[in-house]
Amino acid sequence: MIEAQTTPNQIDIESDVLIVGGGMAAAWAAVSAARTGANVVMVDKGFVGTSGVTATGGPNHWWVPPDPSLRAEAIERRWQLSFGLAEREWMARILDATWTTLPQLAAYYPFATDGKGGTYYSGLRGPEYMRALRHCARDAGVRILDHHPALELLLHHDGSIAGAAGYARLLRRPWVARAGAVVLATGGCAFRSGLIGSHNNTGDGYLMAAEAGAELSGMEFSTAYSLSPAWNSTRTLPYPSARFFDDAGNELDIPPPMAGPSHQDALARAMLAGPVHADLGDAPAVLKKILRRIQPASPTPFERRGLSIFEDRFEVKLYGEGTIRGTGGLRIVDEECQTTVRGLYAAGDTATRELVAGATSGGGAQNSAWALTSGLRAGAAAAARVRRNGCRVDGMVRAAGTVALRPTASVQSGDDAAAISTVQAQMLPYDKVLWRQRLSLEASQRALDALWRTLAAHRRAEGLEQVGARETAALTATARWCTAAALARTESRGMHVRSDAPGLALDGARRLLVGGLEHLWTRYDQRQDSRRDTRRDSGAGVPEAPSQSAA
Amino acid sequence: MIAHIFADLCTGCGACVAACPTHVLDAAPNGMPRIARVDQCQTCFMCELYCDADALYVAPDQRACEPVDPAAIRASGHLGRLRRDYGWSGNQQGPAPLAEFWQLGPLLREGAQIAARRYAARNAGDDGESDSVS
Repeated sequence: MIEAQTTPNQIDIESDVLIVGGGMAAAWAAVSAARTGANVVMVDKGFVGTSGVTATGGPNHWWVPPDPSLRAEAIERRWQLSFGLAEREWMARILDATWTTLPQLAAYYPFATDGKGGTYYSGLRGPEYMRALRHCARDAGVRILDHHPALELLLHHDGSIAGAAGYARLLRRPWVARAGAVVLATGGCAFRSGLIGSHNNTGDGYLMAAEAGAELSGMEFSTAYSLSPAWNSTRTLPYPSARFFDDAGNELDIPPPMAGPSHQDALARAMLAGPVHADLGDAPAVLKKILRRIQPASPTPFERRGLSIFEDRFEVKLYGEGTIRGTGGLRIVDEECQTTVRGLYAAGDTATRELVAGATSGGGAQNSAWALTSGLRAGAAAAARVRRNGCRVDGMVRAAGTVALRPTASVQSGDDAAAISTVQAQMLPYDKVLWRQRLSLEASQRALDALWRTLAAHRRAEGLEQVGARETAALTATARWCTAAALARTESRGMHVRSDAPGLALDGARRLLVGGLEHLWTRYDQRQDSRRDTRRDSGAGVPEAPSQSAA
Repeated sequence: MIAHIFADLCTGCGACVAACPTHVLDAAPNGMPRIARVDQCQTCFMCELYCDADALYVAPDQRACEPVDPAAIRASGHLGRLRRDYGWSGNQQGPAPLAEFWQLGPLLREGAQIAARRYAARNAGDDGESDSVS
């Protein structure tokens, strides 16, 4: 690590709390911190309102009235799906926070009917939701800096967080932010699969945090896919009733979505054999009439291709969701969403969602409730830390960034597209991801390690090029952690399926931690192990309902 | 991917340059947007939603740039359609934009139930137990 330097033309930013990211979790964190009176700055790679996977979506939130028996029943049902890795206390927290918080957005979001004479609060349409959160944050006093991607974190010499540095890409100027606490809410990583809204989600927060000393958890739970037209990733509302056909027009025997993992497995096997076409003729009659009014962007890619979505057959594929619908992310060590780095908090997909969803994708609405709650908690805790400890914006800090910023050997030209192709070749093919096995994982690990060594030694970018180069580094690092965790968990649990280790291991209901940059390590979380619920070891393999948050 | 900016419709307000989450556009010195990094376009249509002048067209294939015929697009009715469907284009007639949004969950379930019933019926063979999934 080297001392952070001041460069000419640099934008200097000072705040109590710095929020890195601009999606749902980041915005809730910013609102939460600002409402305590803290001075809050939010830096996003893109635009707060269109960035992240919420903006293009329509997230439903886990929504259970505050009746103790209803809540207990909902928590128990979901806990069974977590394969022993979730915590009931955390599940209760996200139910409570969501129920009390969403109605507070009414001044900013046009909540409408629930069809039963009440107000529909639990589901929000993405563009309107993120627009509402932007306005809510602005009115709470948050200073929003769009197109200010962060490149690295800054640390005090005692290892605690001191801020972040990045590059303002519209202004073409570097920025340096000093803050008393930092919340990372930069999203998960879908390995540039083309998944709707995920282009910016390259695992930047994982890399920055790991460089500062943070640990990750659950990175083996990174194998989710979602179905869409082969030429455009849309929301999935139109597709649950689909029939599927091969190129010759023969109908394929695909178990229905309600059958659980066998649905996706069968689709993936068919796609490995050749193109698969969907037919939506059986879709609900009401859906055919009102799809456009629910999700205006879903019919658009069809109409602009001259296709009728419910009448014409069209080719489909599965888009990798990585740690977006997978649950892995930065390890959280307390109820305030703090990482193992003092003063560094994580929220949303940047934090591990195992706490509420364990080894499955969360079955829909839990994911949004987690993003909201972890954001609120991280933002409030970051502000509280600054009230306790002050900001410490003076004094020397060190910059923690490594790859693409500070090469260890002679600089050579870099090819981000080729590097990303190497990552994708390990992280997106259905056979490598859905049916993992040791030999293939080890081959992936070798390819990814070699790529990392080359990048670490020789890649150096300047100016705007730093943004893409750091994204490439983060994609590579994330792929390495996912692969290392997948190798270390020698059992099949939830979405992590090892074809060479089917079934649950007796001692497998423990979280698996992973970390490191040059040399990776894995170890089981002893702390969680000692606290884990021993009443029953879940693993019944209850099929998941179709995911609403992914729709 | 974004395919065309209609210069005669564009007001140079800069909203698309700011709203594009993936930095596809640059603002020229006169304020007009320019497609500078099309490889970063994720075909999310957000630029169209944020363009009050309906001056942008995003082609539907997210895998590659498609050549488009601006005159044909102008005549197609696609320009501004998405923004009107979202209800973002000012004083519109008709029901509230989000009046049907509550049906998202029920329609997802209904679609999944249709598939489950169909699968059960097909795999029931000749023994007539096609109602085993309700």
